[in-house]
Amino acid sequence: MYNDTIAAIATPLGEGGIGIVRLSGPDALKIGDQVFRAKQNKKLKNLPTYTLAYGKIIDRDQKVVDEVIAAVMLKPKSYTGEDVVELQCHGGIVVIQKILDLVLSYGARLAEPGEFTKRAFLNGRIDLSQAEAVIDVIRSKTELSLDLAVQQLEGSLSNRIQEMREKLYDIIVRIEASIDFPEDDIPDVEYSEMKEILADIHQDITRLLATADSGKVLREGLKTVITGKPNVGKSSLLNRLLNENRALVTDIPGTTRDVIEEVLNLQGIPLRLLDTAGIRESDDLVEQMGVERAIQLIDEADLVLHVLDASSELTEDDFSLLEKTAKKQRVLIVNKIDLPEKWSIDVLPQDAKIVKTSLVRDSLDPVIDTIIGLIKSGYVQQKQEGAIITRSRHKQLLSLALADLEQAQETLSNNLPVDLIAIGLQGALEHLGEITGETVRDNMIDRIFEQFCIGK
Amino acid sequence: MYQPKGMEYDVIVVGAGHAGIEAALAAAKMGKVVLLLTLNLDNVALLPCNPSIGGPAKANLVREIDALGGQMAKTIDQTLMQIRMLNTSKGPAVQALRSQLDRKLYQRYMKQVLENTPNLYLKEGVVTDLIVKDDTVLGVKVGPREVRGKTVILATGTYLRSVIHIGEETYQLAPQGQCPANEMGKALEKYLPLVRFKTGTPARVNLRSLDFSKMTIQPGDENIGGFSFETKELNIKQVPCWLTYTNEETHQIIRNNLHRAALYSGQITGPGPRYCPSIEAKVVQFPDRTGHQVFVEPEGWNTSEGYLSGLATSLPVDVQIQFLRTIPGLENVEVMRAGYAIEYDCFDPRLLNTYLQVKSIKGLFSAGQINGSSGYEEAAGQGLIAGINAALYVDGKDLFTIDRSQAYLGVLIDDLVIKGTNEPYRIMTSRAEYRLFLRADNADQRLTPLGYKLGLISQERYDKFQEKWANIEGEIERLENVKLRSNQATNEILQKLGTTEIRHGITLAELLRRPEIGYQDLAHLDELPDLPPEVIKEVEISIKYKGYLKKQEEAIARFRKTENLKLPVIDYKQVKGLSREAVEKLSEQQPITLGQASRISGVSPADISVLLVYIEQMKKVQEK
Repeated sequence: MYNDTIAAIATPLGEGGIGIVRLSGPDALKIGDQVFRAKQNKKLKNLPTYTLAYGKIIDRDQKVVDEVIAAVMLKPKSYTGEDVVELQCHGGIVVIQKILDLVLSYGARLAEPGEFTKRAFLNGRIDLSQAEAVIDVIRSKTELSLDLAVQQLEGSLSNRIQEMREKLYDIIVRIEASIDFPEDDIPDVEYSEMKEILADIHQDITRLLATADSGKVLREGLKTVITGKPNVGKSSLLNRLLNENRALVTDIPGTTRDVIEEVLNLQGIPLRLLDTAGIRESDDLVEQMGVERAIQLIDEADLVLHVLDASSELTEDDFSLLEKTAKKQRVLIVNKIDLPEKWSIDVLPQDAKIVKTSLVRDSLDPVIDTIIGLIKSGYVQQKQEGAIITRSRHKQLLSLALADLEQAQETLSNNLPVDLIAIGLQGALEHLGEITGETVRDNMIDRIFEQFCIGK
Repeated sequence: MYQPKGMEYDVIVVGAGHAGIEAALAAAKMGKVVLLLTLNLDNVALLPCNPSIGGPAKANLVREIDALGGQMAKTIDQTLMQIRMLNTSKGPAVQALRSQLDRKLYQRYMKQVLENTPNLYLKEGVVTDLIVKDDTVLGVKVGPREVRGKTVILATGTYLRSVIHIGEETYQLAPQGQCPANEMGKALEKYLPLVRFKTGTPARVNLRSLDFSKMTIQPGDENIGGFSFETKELNIKQVPCWLTYTNEETHQIIRNNLHRAALYSGQITGPGPRYCPSIEAKVVQFPDRTGHQVFVEPEGWNTSEGYLSGLATSLPVDVQIQFLRTIPGLENVEVMRAGYAIEYDCFDPRLLNTYLQVKSIKGLFSAGQINGSSGYEEAAGQGLIAGINAALYVDGKDLFTIDRSQAYLGVLIDDLVIKGTNEPYRIMTSRAEYRLFLRADNADQRLTPLGYKLGLISQERYDKFQEKWANIEGEIERLENVKLRSNQATNEILQKLGTTEIRHGITLAELLRRPEIGYQDLAHLDELPDLPPEVIKEVEISIKYKGYLKKQEEAIARFRKTENLKLPVIDYKQVKGLSREAVEKLSEQQPITLGQASRISGVSPADISVLLVYIEQMKKVQEK
């Protein structure tokens, strides 16, 4: 029934030890063979149905991405009723994401929510009584809006996309107006000007796409700085956050020597924890790094976790640091309440988010809930330059937009008529619109009338 | 007079404007007995606004009507005074013919075509009501008389309870001082909800009072062919149009008198079209513009009346004269008819399906401005589709529809009946997703086979059409196979043609793909067959834009996948998993295909997936 091949990550992200990328459709075996090298050089297309093969995933530069087990299930007796290949890997999110990107680059289309199940049903692999379940799957994954926090993270991405769309709209509207109203005194768009604008948009898209390369996806996330006077419990907080939540990437080459970044997944929200390297044992941020460095780190942060010690009097250092973190979205963590308290939280700003805890004794839940609550309140936002692509869907759409844009650029440099240039531009605009969920055509017409005085 | 004894009408068409004419002609050609009723026999095929047909997208519509066997293009070619090609450098798909017509000649020619068509009865009469029983239309009332027919097509234009505004003055009149159809407007309200739209026109002036030396001449183009595929040559001496501009003084007068303009005094409430704003709207909305174009267009060979395109207005006559006289060349202008704004009743077109059938009343169709469109071309296109479908309906056959990838006609109708419109709708090339494919030059390829199947295209014309396309395909194949060797002689010729030399052999098609090379250039390198210009044009476009066309064809193939999936009758309330908004919209609009459903606002991709699963489920239940 379908002539395209779909792919998706079939296991929940960030959970479980094994990740599965599933391919289904007429080209599943072909694409599988392009990325998979079996131990004994066996081809997936030659394997009987329901067999496993052990081998490696090879990227386009012939580098090994991961060791995997490939499962082949041939039509019609597979889950979807189509040829299915599953690639089971044990790498983390970065690796599985990379494998997915790789199969998409070989021509698979990213599956819509519930699409495997939908195909299974439409190909008669699931019986009638299960139809409603199919609908539930389709519904639940698309209708339930993305987690608010994740949406916040993506806010900066959609801003960036919106900027590009505005640039594209600007030029398309001028082209379309001049085509549809040739007698209305609308100046033609000069090719030289168009060339510059398209080059500019091309650069925007390319830059954004570059952020999608593996690792970076996860290295980004909310920049979170743990700060506080020496010996208040910063490293206890860091260690417990890391130990009790899945640390996604533990070692990132290329980061500066003195700063270690740890990325952890806090209920689905990637936090990029910034801590000072080499001084963890001394735990003395303010003294060793100097006030300037501390301020700089705080300045760069999207979120600050400020730790205070309830068991010793607050000092000048505490107050001056409190003043500095006040400018940021922050959580004040009052630690060591298992010891006699020397001061009351009444001295802290009334509107601050405060958690009292003992990092050596108490559950970390209240701390995490407060952090999540703050993020979900919508105030925590990633800085503009932090726009990143976290989803394969976005990456694929951006790549398609780029291809369309390049087609327009080629048409332009061949000096072909403007109508043909418009095809690529509209394609690019539509693909970008799909990322943010906006339609193009009606908007375009509204803009023509807003911008130009039409009416012969 | 209306229904002699024994006379049975298959189709009754109400209104003999551009929609009504095409509807009546199509149904009659398809062998149906047709009654065409008009308010005034002298005003058949009236062009109450510009004496002009064509322009981007609009010209494509006219070509499509012609390719399907409609009349409009032929009448234009016989009655035009000027013809131009617009957008010549902007691409093959957006080049557009535009014609200036002799208004009276156009009307007389159309009337004669109608009079000479077998099975078609053109009569004057004021329709006052429909006859409807059990949600089925049985005919119309002409005053006290009942006229029975199996189907009725409403093509009432701007005549339903129309009101004309000239400044503070309002008249219960229709265009050109005619009587409006007040009773019919009131009667229709019994069956269907009506909305109110507005549009307007500029003043008509005596051309002898103008000073053309202060204007820019706009001559027509020679040797660019006509609108109809069947027109070989236009043998006319063309007349020019003239261009002048408004200025700050004009704008000041308009600003000073805004309170007296019907559009700004609150007298008119209906929305007007954005693409055809009044001069007062242009001055208000674009205050920085120091001048607006004014095109002076002649109205006919035998009259000195002229049309001032770009100056539609709802200002009082004294203000109209005052601001007109500030325009270069119009200092002594004599106004013969005042410009006016007009308000009228029409349908929310979402009451219709893509067959232009009113969904709630069997046998009732509607076409043209009553459906919320504007423009002669848009009206004629709808008329043709409504006429075809009324005829098919009488025969109990499957109704006829064209989708967005086949024609501007499809875009027009789909936009209207699926999305609706909140201003008089005008077709634009930007509304079409597959513009490169919906060209004026290939309208016959897209639609003539369909017209032939419907019985609207004669065998003779169809044979010619097939021959033309066989020639095109043959020549394309030839050019793709003839190889050009790389040698000194060839490269010298290439150099002379201003293109780069070749190092390896290439085909003539590959050479033609170079932007600087045209088909005729190939004559220096190869013996070319003697082909007519329309064949050469097609060969050039197909080869030069092959890559683009192929991409568009792929997009069309994807589009057709859902577009061709017909929806069975569904009680949407019973479909679990549909959003409430989707249930509401789908129940209300009853789309015919899944593709249409996907374009209804408020229906999400998830809803479409749910529907797809539901349809499959229904099929499986039925199989059991």
